[in-house]
Amino acid sequence: MDYGLVVLIEVLRAIAGLVLISIGLAIIFGMMRIVNIAHGEFLMLGGYTVVLSAKAGINTWVAMLVLAPLVVGLVGVAIERCFIRFLYGRMLDTLLATWGLSLFIVGFVTVVFGNTLEGVSVSVGSFEIGRFRVAGYSLFIILVGAVLLAATVAVLRFTRLGLIARGTMQNPNMAAALGLSPPRIYMVTFGIGAALTGLAGGVLAPITGVVPTMGIAFIAQAFITVITGGAAIVAGTGSASTLLGSVSQLTTFATTPVIGDVALLFIAVVLLRILPQGITGRFFRRSL
Amino acid sequence: MTLLAVQGLASGYGKVPILAGISFAVREGEFVGILGHNGMGKTTLLRTLMGYLPATAGEVRFAGADITHAPTHHRARAGLGFVPQGREIFPTLTVRDNLRMGFAARQGNESQALDAVLADFPRLERLLDRPGGALSGGEQQLLALARSLCADPRLILLDEPTEGIQPSIIDEIIDTLLALRHRRAGFTLVLVEQNLDFISALSDRVLLIQKGRITREVEAAAMKDTAMIGEFVGFGH
Repeated sequence: MDYGLVVLIEVLRAIAGLVLISIGLAIIFGMMRIVNIAHGEFLMLGGYTVVLSAKAGINTWVAMLVLAPLVVGLVGVAIERCFIRFLYGRMLDTLLATWGLSLFIVGFVTVVFGNTLEGVSVSVGSFEIGRFRVAGYSLFIILVGAVLLAATVAVLRFTRLGLIARGTMQNPNMAAALGLSPPRIYMVTFGIGAALTGLAGGVLAPITGVVPTMGIAFIAQAFITVITGGAAIVAGTGSASTLLGSVSQLTTFATTPVIGDVALLFIAVVLLRILPQGITGRFFRRSL
Repeated sequence: MTLLAVQGLASGYGKVPILAGISFAVREGEFVGILGHNGMGKTTLLRTLMGYLPATAGEVRFAGADITHAPTHHRARAGLGFVPQGREIFPTLTVRDNLRMGFAARQGNESQALDAVLADFPRLERLLDRPGGALSGGEQQLLALARSLCADPRLILLDEPTEGIQPSIIDEIIDTLLALRHRRAGFTLVLVEQNLDFISALSDRVLLIQKGRITREVEAAAMKDTAMIGEFVGFGH
């Protein structure tokens, strides 16, 4: 019973982790169709924002939940204005441009901060379940993942910004004919996607540590989750994270983390063979 | 008062010219039809007026302001509405959200504005929660028109609204547009069509377009004269 509860918490943490690293990409790639290879570097910049803020004496929670999304969101807006806006509708070109951007960001951060692992400490403590001890931070990650999904649904479904973003991504010319400015909407949407990725980088920094090349560890999982999820960004990210996170974590418990990662890749390949349009291409079609 | 004034407008796709110096004017409250064969530049004219295609020469003035090189959303905010060929409904948004997109660039009470528009389109009321892509072609045409009206335009550019639409809905569109003309003071329409009955039922006058130029202007009553129409564009009933 106790062991089962511990496994459940760890599975939920794995699912929330996938939600965190994927939701920003779901907006930028799933919604805007921009293949952002620099997604992992946006995560890394979120992590460094927390590290530098902590060194400057700023409260870690403020750095994690406010500064990381703010800084990376602004970086995202700058990148969209300088590069991405010239490449809309040119998927291969965005892939190459963001790949170059990814290499530049890694190189720049390495030159400035060095290639050493930086740690971030948060005082959450742990709690006992029978004879097992569980990190309180796992519950925090589960909470952030759930809140992030709920907030994304709320913004997309109930706010004017969400409506405008959904409509404009479907048909920017028609949106313009209704008086909306597609360039501005694209810029804001990209910035929000980057900000959510920065938040993820900040929240995950205490458990992964921060190093210039940390993005590589996340980029594949993020793309696999978004592609497996399909067109509906929230239902897709949520369902794919649940499936892939559960399989990966349960396999990890039964075997090793490496085999857990292999299981994640295996189930994603099988799913895309059966459901080429992703999970939401067959299920939850009318969901967001 | 002249609402739309087009002078010597030229445009095309890349290096292929389509419009070769179009000139016409539309007064406030007027319904003007534009008639021509496929490939003569009707849709290109509307797309250029909306700013989708750049004007290579000439001038477009709307309500006195030069909008020749203004971006599309500026033209829309100035009061130019567009109902494109093929409707271009947002397919995964509900009918209600499609209408809300029409209102999105405006300030004020959204639900009041939507209710006012829905009063003119009773057929859409029972479809509000259906995705736009699930509607029939005729229902989508009504939705596209209603969505455009949500932006409160002074002039609507209407591109081939009867294409692929069942006759009963064509009659409904005619009735709706005539009712709008009656209810909304100054409501102005530029209508591109190949359906002679439709264009003659709505237009005060009709411009004939051939090879990117306006070649003749006729009164709507003259549209009944098939011999005359046949002489100029080869159309018949």
